[in-house]
Amino acid sequence: MAAHLSYGRVNLNVLREAARKELREFLDRCAGSKEHEVEKMFTLKPGSLPPADVKNIIFFVRPKLEIMDIIAGNVKSEVKQRSHRDFHILFVPRRSLLCEQRLEEQGVLGSFINIDQYILDLIPYDGDLLSMESESAFRECYLENDQTSLYHAAKGLMTLQALYGTIPQIYGKGECARHVANMMLRMKREFAGSQNQILPVFDTLLLLDRNVDLLTPLATQLTYEGLIDEIYGITNGYAKLPPEKFIQKKQGEGGKDLPTEPKKLQLNSAEELYAEIRDKNFNAVGAVLSKKAKIISAAFEERHNAKTVGEIKQFVSQLPHMQAARSSLANHTSIAELIKDITKFATYLNYGLSRIVASEAFFDNLTVEQEFMTGVDTDKVNTYIEDCIAQKDPLIKILRLVCMQSVCNNGLKQKVLDYYKREILQTYGYEHILTLNNLEKAGLLKLQTNARNNYPTIRKTLKLWMDDVNEQNPNDISYVYSGYAPLSVRLAQILVRPGWRSIEEVLKMLPGPHFEERQQLPSGLHKKRENRTTLIFFLGGVTYAEIAALRFLSQVEEGGTEYIIASTKLINGTSWIKSLMDKLEAPPF
Amino acid sequence: MVFMTANWHPLGDAFYRKTDLYEMGWNIGGLRDCLIAAAPYGGPIALLKGSQRSERSHSVRPVMEMYTSSGVPLASFLWKSGIVVDIGWTVSDYLLCIQEDGTVLIYDILGNYCRHFNMGSELSQNSVTEAKIFHSAYRTGVAILTKAYRFSVVTNIEDQKIWRLPDVPGLQTSGLSCWTVISQDRQTKLVLASGRNIYVLDSDSCTSVTVPGLDPDISSYLHMSASFNYKYLALYTNTGCIWMGTSNLKEKLGEFDCKFHAPPKQMVWCRRPRSQQPSVVLMWDSLLLVAGKSNESIQYNLDDELYLVPELDGVRIIGSKSHEFLHEVPATCEEIFKIASMAPGALLLEAHKEYKKESQKADEYLREIKDQNLLPTAVEQCIEAAGFEYEPETQKMLLRAASFGKSFLSNFSPERFVTMCRELRVLNAVRDYTVGMPLTYVQFRQLTVQVLIDRLVFRRLYPLAIEICKHLKIREFQGVSHVLKHWACFKVQQKEPDEDIAHAINQKLGDTAGISYSEIAAKAYECGRPELAIMLLDFEPQSGEQVPLLLKMKRGQLALNKAIESGDTDLVYTVVMYLKNEMNRRDFFLTLRKHPVALSLYRQFCKHQEQDTLKDLYNQEDDHQELANFYVQESYQEAKVEVRVAELQKAVDEYSKARNEFAAKATEEQIKLLKFQRKLQDETDKPYVDRSLHDTVYSLLLEGSHRHAEQLYKDFKIPDKRYWWLKISALAEKNDWEELEKFSKSKKSPIGYLAFVEVCVKHQNKYEAKKYVSKVTPELKVKAHLLVGEVEQAADIAIERKNENDLNLVLSRCNQSTDRSLVERLNKARSGANKK
Repeated sequence: MAAHLSYGRVNLNVLREAARKELREFLDRCAGSKEHEVEKMFTLKPGSLPPADVKNIIFFVRPKLEIMDIIAGNVKSEVKQRSHRDFHILFVPRRSLLCEQRLEEQGVLGSFINIDQYILDLIPYDGDLLSMESESAFRECYLENDQTSLYHAAKGLMTLQALYGTIPQIYGKGECARHVANMMLRMKREFAGSQNQILPVFDTLLLLDRNVDLLTPLATQLTYEGLIDEIYGITNGYAKLPPEKFIQKKQGEGGKDLPTEPKKLQLNSAEELYAEIRDKNFNAVGAVLSKKAKIISAAFEERHNAKTVGEIKQFVSQLPHMQAARSSLANHTSIAELIKDITKFATYLNYGLSRIVASEAFFDNLTVEQEFMTGVDTDKVNTYIEDCIAQKDPLIKILRLVCMQSVCNNGLKQKVLDYYKREILQTYGYEHILTLNNLEKAGLLKLQTNARNNYPTIRKTLKLWMDDVNEQNPNDISYVYSGYAPLSVRLAQILVRPGWRSIEEVLKMLPGPHFEERQQLPSGLHKKRENRTTLIFFLGGVTYAEIAALRFLSQVEEGGTEYIIASTKLINGTSWIKSLMDKLEAPPF
Repeated sequence: MVFMTANWHPLGDAFYRKTDLYEMGWNIGGLRDCLIAAAPYGGPIALLKGSQRSERSHSVRPVMEMYTSSGVPLASFLWKSGIVVDIGWTVSDYLLCIQEDGTVLIYDILGNYCRHFNMGSELSQNSVTEAKIFHSAYRTGVAILTKAYRFSVVTNIEDQKIWRLPDVPGLQTSGLSCWTVISQDRQTKLVLASGRNIYVLDSDSCTSVTVPGLDPDISSYLHMSASFNYKYLALYTNTGCIWMGTSNLKEKLGEFDCKFHAPPKQMVWCRRPRSQQPSVVLMWDSLLLVAGKSNESIQYNLDDELYLVPELDGVRIIGSKSHEFLHEVPATCEEIFKIASMAPGALLLEAHKEYKKESQKADEYLREIKDQNLLPTAVEQCIEAAGFEYEPETQKMLLRAASFGKSFLSNFSPERFVTMCRELRVLNAVRDYTVGMPLTYVQFRQLTVQVLIDRLVFRRLYPLAIEICKHLKIREFQGVSHVLKHWACFKVQQKEPDEDIAHAINQKLGDTAGISYSEIAAKAYECGRPELAIMLLDFEPQSGEQVPLLLKMKRGQLALNKAIESGDTDLVYTVVMYLKNEMNRRDFFLTLRKHPVALSLYRQFCKHQEQDTLKDLYNQEDDHQELANFYVQESYQEAKVEVRVAELQKAVDEYSKARNEFAAKATEEQIKLLKFQRKLQDETDKPYVDRSLHDTVYSLLLEGSHRHAEQLYKDFKIPDKRYWWLKISALAEKNDWEELEKFSKSKKSPIGYLAFVEVCVKHQNKYEAKKYVSKVTPELKVKAHLLVGEVEQAADIAIERKNENDLNLVLSRCNQSTDRSLVERLNKARSGANKK
């Protein structure tokens, strides 16, 4: 059992266990025995398979043609070496005729003893978080008109409903949301008659297209977790951090051998302290950490008060927990310091020069973002962006800013847009013309048409900018971006109270249709209860700051809604933009 | 009810009874001269009349007749194939007819030919003399014996794998008197008798066995028979002795000496599951004998030709007039109905009888049971006994007694009672003369409801099957849907207009769960009705199911529509690939054009797999923008600058056609840059190609080629600001401070002077940096001073300017070594600024 998956109102361990069972069954089929000792795991690479003393080789892959060619190569080289291994292939999340056909064309289909699918659409990441880990979902949907990931999303939602009951109400906004809802309703018809007799755990499903809210991921996340992701990146629940700050300070050792390997930390709610601070605005983290430090040292001091054997025994029994808490505190203090170095959130003393530059860059960048979000000078070329290009700052940073300006201005004037594009091409290379083209196709960059800039209306109606933000004790979701309230989460919030009918006008300004569907429940499964649970599905990715904002809503609203969050992928502005870029490289001369 | 025990006969520790099942509805002269086969579990009866080889004349063909257990005709047809050695039924009610030449023909219960298979090619010379059909849990096997005394076995007629068994020594000389098949635990063995020897034959060995506890005087075995579950074996010796034992021939259970030397016509086991005593039923021309283990027997005189059908819990006796069931009276029934029984069930039955008579004795009986705390047992007994009784009246009597007793119990689960009532109702329904399935309760439980429903479906008793499913509350997709599907598959074979059939099927089936319209459609297609198949497919809710059949029927376009509807992109790909192979390119492209989803998916495919097709696609659609992008992409595949330029030129043309002036111009610029870089590369032998304009200028500046840099700056209209940044960064990097200073004075800097400070500091030259601090605009001066490390000056300016941000900035750079008074002054100024 993974404890961190079951703390919430919805026990996601049920899903995890169902998935585990299926995997075990497949391994049973492959190995033919009850013991499936996985000897080694390798990343798929072209050429020959790495040596290992094993009988069974299982390819655990996404159904993509490119991957099939690699597998075919692997198998052929094995055949050449006359190895007597058994091959199996497990497609995640489902098998594909196209891929099997490709294997057949390559003449290796017959080499596989088992070809099966591992239906794992939604992977539980935390007690309230599910991800499909499909990084290209946004690109496929909006650039390539390939809705494969949406099909998987719909299937994943069907699996969820099979385990947690039919979701009676479905709301959605956006083309993709509409498509997913249609597929779900259709799939339900396919199972017509066999009614799900489970009492529904979710009351509402809210499907949101990422392109309804293109702005939020572009903004720099300012929660603790969001910043870790922005600066170091969190992949599969792990962050790799620079090692310097994690060295155990021992006396007598002059810091001789600095570790070069990055420090890898797992980040989820299983860690008590992390669960407490991850969704806080970074400015509020320091206070918590120092408070925690005091509590922990006080707890360790307790040992002096322990007089009787019983008291000592009790103290000792708490030691493991306390030690874990202390090491957790040490880790997060180090991470917080790392982030502070870069963001200069607090006035901290004694910094090296390079850090000043870095922190100022962060601050200046943030200032520009906030100007854009509040609608300051979004219609002309921004000097900061210009300077950054001139100094050839990372391209993604530039793209994030330019896109943000475009989104906040409902498109840029021809002159401004062309200027930026030209600057980017001249500075970073003409090959980026395809990337720019992609950004335009996705609506992140656009030419302002005659239509009025409607962003200010949207901002005002949805209260996207809050001047009186309280970072320490937030009273509104805008704390996650120190002022900007993520549009997506606002939509979710308004849906609950007072309802979308109150913002019809704004909904019409946002792309794609909005809709409501009801799914009939078998009689006897209707329930009336105070606490409602909403599953919110972001089609095209969700950021940690948005998750934080939703968790804030789960906690704050009295007798309100608890949110379970699902997404095609956990993203941030950088990873998102990266997924939309086309890399062109010329062959070596 | 006094007569309940009238037909009971004691044998050993138990009683046996023979109950009437049916008066046979058929009108046949007798069973003589027929090959007869009756399926177990009250299954159908097949008769092949006039088949006995000796009497066969070429002018008269034999007739195959099929009946229900009650003698209602199911089918009848002339036998036109070869000479039949034996017939028998499979576990799923198919008739197997084994011919002399080893061919096995399979017919369904309604006499329709299904298929055939052969028991081995070498049989052409050695014709089959005997055959035996045997069953295990879910399969049926066939064993044959040829003239040359060789055995072949097919253990499962579904996979038809033929095993040739090893030769048995000495058979040719001493002959074979009798044999049987033992099919247990997935293993099939043959037991055979040759003279005084018994052999056990399996797939790779032949073992001679001694039968334990048998008189050594025996010279031959005349008959042998395995029990229904193949656990036991009975041997009939030439001395008229019947040996009963386990089928592995290791243990003897009993022996019976009947003293008849003539072999019986039939010998079958009669034993109910878990019964303690073995008994075998033997039949001669005019005598039926039930033999127990200790020389006890029950004898019935016969006046009709009979046929014995062994069942799980007894023996059915089929005659030309009647059909009976002979079995050991179950212990529960015995306890209840035995005369003067004091068993709780018996007392409860009595109590209920008295109660109906309104006699107070009822209370006395009840009290007696209750005093012993046996009321639950009594109820259980009555419920159980009801299951064993064949007559509905008896069942009712027992169930009423159970219900009566139950009402005196507070926490007795009603489930068993309810289930029994339900199941008995089903049993009575199928036992009805018109259906003719005399299933006992024990057989029913063993057979399972699923199989019973299948059997009804095979007989096309669809309404009854549906009623049973509903009555037993079987989950739809195993029950009602399953029956309806079979009905529909039957319906599509009827000679009615397509529309009517499709409509009728949809009316009946609607959206019932678990109905696969595609399966029905496949059946319709199989029957040569593609139009009907398409109509039916339209009702199929699962597109994934529609597509494969549509492709099979070559309805690619329709399949594409359905695939797109499903949202399953893999399915769309499958159809697209199919269409690609089936259609000419033009039509294929046109089709795709009508389906944007398919088109985009195919484009994706081409992007990775077939670049050339991609180009054709764009061309066909006049998608100049994408075509241009395609050429840009192509250009990067090329190593040679000339080829690249050519590709890019195509891109320029396409961008222009797409009216993307910006992209056209940018690409032209790119060509210009490439050409320039190429020239530069030739001149200087340094790599320039593939650097961005910015990087090219930067390297030129680093190398001191200011002329070239200047040229690019002008040719490409690099904005002044960026050019200045480029220049000062490059100069600082090569530590050309002199040139930097000169440049700073060349004209007013468009990027201000803080940039100068920054580049100097970046290259660790604070001395040079300080030169520019004074030129920095007042609002940035604090920053500039801090950059060069002049905290005090920064502080002075900040205090003077009373700017809170600046003050904070300076404060943040103060440390322990900073002058205390300075910090104080700063703090004071800050609080002053705050107040303002």
